[in-house]
Amino acid sequence: MEETEEEKKDEADYKRLHSFPLIRHSDMPEEMRVETMELCVTACEKHATNNESAAKMIKETMDKRFGSSWHVVIGEGFGFEITHEVKNLLYMFFGGSLAVCVWKCS
Amino acid sequence: MPPKAADKRRQGQGGPSGGKAGKAGKAGRKKRDEGDFPETGEDGLSARAAARSPDHLELPEAELKKEVTRTLTANNPHVPRDIVRFSFKERAYKIVDDMDQTAVHFTLNGYLIHKDSDEGRRQSIRSSTEEEKAPVEEEKAPEEASAEATEEAETKEEEPTGDAEAAEEGEREGEGEEAQAAEAAQAAEAEEAEEPPPPKTPEKKLPNRFNFIERGSITYHNPLREKGLQTDPAPFETFSDNVNQWYIYDTYMEELERMEKAKEKEKTKPVAKKEEKKTGRKLSYVEPPHVDSLSKVAKAAKIAERMVNLNTFDDIAQDFKYFEDASDEFRGQEGTLLPLWKFQYEKTKKLAVTAISWNPKYKDLFAVGFGSYDFMKQGHGMLLLYTLKNPSFPEYSFSSESGVMCLDFHSDHPHLLAVGFYDGNVAIYNLRKAGSQPSYKSSAMSGKHTEPVWQVKWQKDDMDNNSNFFSVSSDGRIVSWTLVKNELVHMDVIKLSADGTTMQGPEGLQLQRLGSGTSFDFHKKIDYLFLVGTEEGKIYKAHVFDLNINKLEPLCTQLVVTRKKNKTTHVQFNPVYPIIIVGDERGLITCLKLSPNLRKKPKQKKGQEVKRSPEEEMAKLEKLLSVVREPGSKKEK
Repeated sequence: MEETEEEKKDEADYKRLHSFPLIRHSDMPEEMRVETMELCVTACEKHATNNESAAKMIKETMDKRFGSSWHVVIGEGFGFEITHEVKNLLYMFFGGSLAVCVWKCS
Repeated sequence: MPPKAADKRRQGQGGPSGGKAGKAGKAGRKKRDEGDFPETGEDGLSARAAARSPDHLELPEAELKKEVTRTLTANNPHVPRDIVRFSFKERAYKIVDDMDQTAVHFTLNGYLIHKDSDEGRRQSIRSSTEEEKAPVEEEKAPEEASAEATEEAETKEEEPTGDAEAAEEGEREGEGEEAQAAEAAQAAEAEEAEEPPPPKTPEKKLPNRFNFIERGSITYHNPLREKGLQTDPAPFETFSDNVNQWYIYDTYMEELERMEKAKEKEKTKPVAKKEEKKTGRKLSYVEPPHVDSLSKVAKAAKIAERMVNLNTFDDIAQDFKYFEDASDEFRGQEGTLLPLWKFQYEKTKKLAVTAISWNPKYKDLFAVGFGSYDFMKQGHGMLLLYTLKNPSFPEYSFSSESGVMCLDFHSDHPHLLAVGFYDGNVAIYNLRKAGSQPSYKSSAMSGKHTEPVWQVKWQKDDMDNNSNFFSVSSDGRIVSWTLVKNELVHMDVIKLSADGTTMQGPEGLQLQRLGSGTSFDFHKKIDYLFLVGTEEGKIYKAHVFDLNINKLEPLCTQLVVTRKKNKTTHVQFNPVYPIIIVGDERGLITCLKLSPNLRKKPKQKKGQEVKRSPEEEMAKLEKLLSVVREPGSKKEK
């Protein structure tokens, strides 16, 4: 039991150490994508325990910078089907186990 | 108008309608106006037929008599019925149903107010109190709340006064009465109220005491127009995915593998490429590269540039084509040179023109090689190709590390240019390929010369259809370069030896002092026979496998026009147009037009070229040589 726990911890550590923001799908222009990714990373690291507040931070910042009605979902396991404005979608993984989906739709 | 024949007939027909001629005439005329179509009235129909438009529908009688129902609806026919708007709620385009059918033809804002309304009452009070002469009442009249009470008292008092004021009093009474309608009306006043209404109406007409006419006018406003606009809806797309822990893990593992592979590839290939992949960021979706918008218009821009140049140098272009110096007739054999264009490029300002050559296929294209003749000042070199159509900027430009000494166009492949450099290298430039580097270049390993290459010349393709050219240099070697597949293969053809002197080298080696070749040219017909000119002033008649030494004085074949301050270095004649280009030490190329006198010989040549045989030319050459030979060592300049 302890060994498996340790293994799990190692795995988690491994993931965290070797993890980096990985963009799974995006159709944003280059600059926007980079900025959004940085923002997501910052938010997730800041609110590592609370997904909702991280999502709130991301959504509000995006609204201010790129216009109204952004939507953010952060989680470790979910399925989704969304309608988004063209060139305003970012779907990325982070931290080895977190998935963040950010899109704009008024 | 006098009644016409048709009219009289009508009159006859319309007898019962009226006996009198006038009436009948009128009736008849009426009938004629109403129903003339089926009948053949002479003047009427002809007039109408003439008035018919050419695309007048010719309908059969049955259709003409057919009855058509026309309904009158309240719908406005001008209102469009197919307006479509994007509904954000339903995310779709929908037809707009409720269009306003009213068509407003005329609007006029009225100014009538009901007499019983507040404003009406106020106004009548005001007008009545104005007429009152007693000031006391006037003061009190405007106040409503107090007015009612006071009026009441006053009316009672005023009653016995004269009839002239009866109307006003009556009014006030009536008003007071009306004002107090809500309150409990007193019987006496009610009775009084009955009296005044009848005399009220005729008295309403206010007399014009001041005798002035009121007339209002208003300046013209621009009518207001309403305009609405709806923006296009933003484009939307749907996206869906499923994410769980194992999926994330798998994706990361894949990513790590990809990164490792990329790193391995980088290690094997030491060539550094542009870094698109930064560590830690791998994009699975790559956007198409932005095409440089300038490249799309490159072709159009080029044409536009040429047009602008043509316009700027329009007079020069005209001279180039048509100017003939008439004064040549008086000068005998001499001629003049008319300056045309000047070709200058800032990067070549410090370089001297070392070689010029016209393109054999495109008569307006010429290549200029830049370098430096000064032994001490050796820098980079340039190769520019200009066209007469654009004198302000070279069409192609190539830069090289060492100065260009000579160049030659391939006669069959006009895009190939052979170039010889100061450092002894030779290179082939391919004009069809973009890029500033030569397609093929010799190097120290592949047999370059040790001294500057003074001349290169293309030869006919050899037996394997490989293009080849010769180069001569001061190191005394004449090398044949062949373009085999993708490489330049060299073959030493001849080593020029100086007059048989051999020196004893310091280590006991026998060094052969090599003469330095400066120029050469090939026999037109016989491939392997050519002449070589050397620095010492000798011309060799050379066979590829054999060498005859002729001791001749050098023939300097360069015309040096010393008109300018800069020393001119090269001259080239254009085979087609009567122009020459002159290059000088400062990198300036000038194009000059030959006046008719100077052209005489070429013209004769043109006409007689077919007839002329090599023997004649040889005869000419012999004559020249004999002239040169006898007086001793003289250099013709």
